[in-house]
Amino acid sequence: MKRSKNIESDHPHYVQGYIHTRIGNIPRVYEKLTRKDLLGTVMVRWSINRGNYRVKPGLYAIGNPTELSDVFVTANYKLSFDHLRKNLERLDAWILVLDTKGINVWCAAGKGTFSTSELVNRIRVTRLEELITHRRVIVPQLGAVGISAHQVKKLTETVAPGHLITQASLPVVKGVNISPFGLKTNNGFNVVYGPVKALHIKDFIINKYVATREMRKVTFTFTERARLIPVDFLYGKYKLLIAFAIVFILSGLSKSGISFQLAVDRGLSAMLCVFFAYVAGIVITPLALPYLPGRSFALKGFITGAVVYILLMIISNPGRNYYEMISWFLIISGISSFVAMNFTGSSTYTSLSGVRKEMKVAVPLQIAFSTIGLILFVIAKII
Amino acid sequence: MNDFVYLKDVVTLKLDTEKCNGCGMCLKVCPHEVFKLKGGKAHIVNRDFCMECGACAINCPVQAIFVRSGVGCAAGIINGILNNSEPACDCSGNKSACC
Repeated sequence: MKRSKNIESDHPHYVQGYIHTRIGNIPRVYEKLTRKDLLGTVMVRWSINRGNYRVKPGLYAIGNPTELSDVFVTANYKLSFDHLRKNLERLDAWILVLDTKGINVWCAAGKGTFSTSELVNRIRVTRLEELITHRRVIVPQLGAVGISAHQVKKLTETVAPGHLITQASLPVVKGVNISPFGLKTNNGFNVVYGPVKALHIKDFIINKYVATREMRKVTFTFTERARLIPVDFLYGKYKLLIAFAIVFILSGLSKSGISFQLAVDRGLSAMLCVFFAYVAGIVITPLALPYLPGRSFALKGFITGAVVYILLMIISNPGRNYYEMISWFLIISGISSFVAMNFTGSSTYTSLSGVRKEMKVAVPLQIAFSTIGLILFVIAKII
Repeated sequence: MNDFVYLKDVVTLKLDTEKCNGCGMCLKVCPHEVFKLKGGKAHIVNRDFCMECGACAINCPVQAIFVRSGVGCAAGIINGILNNSEPACDCSGNKSACC
């Protein structure tokens, strides 16, 4: 049977039916991921359709939840949503999806879309308070970057129904029961912070809704780092192409001017050197992160770049004279250092103050290295 | 090997032990075990583990914690400088990268 596109978008493939409740029909989702979900995961991990991998914000059901069932809050990035439902298998629960513009919980919390106001408003517009009789919502711990548990409590007990708030209008709560929005209307919602990873939800429930030390800690294992590499690799693809173009054109230089034939002959190996520098910074550095000396990412990247340079020298000397040999050292280590520094954004432990500090030292050096490197490269060609 | 430590003595985290009521919320939300409860009050025990995410500060019911929070992302800082704004990673839209 042919399905029209309209029905398809009204009824996403992960919805298996609807639950009839006192506040209307709520979509019930599959807890098993299908091939389509897995394909989507692989694609976003390679940056395909990543900006638009979303589910509709609102309420969803897993199993056969009742008015007493748990409510799990998540972001509307489909990968986050998939992780959650997969780990709720064989449970009866509600899922409350916040509108985070398709961004995962942690990043959205940092950007202010996974926020106190969004949670309070989403509870309002979905009429969650009429659906359940308890007043507990389970928020992934990393959501705490954007959500203030005590403010959620205060706002859900004082803001009149139908009244939406903005993040800017949030009152400074000072232990009083009256907010600028009105008098106490009902019992406020209690935010309980769950484990960092959805994987631990069942253990968290068994542990009486208390996250253990292990559940609260953010890790950055080899696998976790490896998973991020494709997206990071593709992030700088245009800058990489520009770098390719620059070394290709400069490779055409000689005493007698510029020649396309020369660029073709020598440009390829020059482009390969740039490519290896990029790989050193964005593939090797993240993978070898804990084994590289130093704490700053720029330094770690510089070291990987230097090692790759030495290997290139051993395998096939890319420089025709000393100028060119030195120029490649500067260019490769400079690129690797810069690219590795950008991996701070993907890491799970760097602070804004720390990255600022390392950039203050590293960026001028990286600029100097690449500029001097390019000048020597040109000198090497025209002498 | 999971206990990564970033640069020493850089973070802006401050805890006012006078104000602290010992509720332990900061321990619950911190992803890097920066705090510990001692004698009914929170204490900073692993300052260099802090990544300035700000979760502790906004979840402290008595506002005893200060941290200048933000994303430790070089690309975000560069974007901030180029756009003359606060550091922001461009994870929204199609050019998603840093997270």
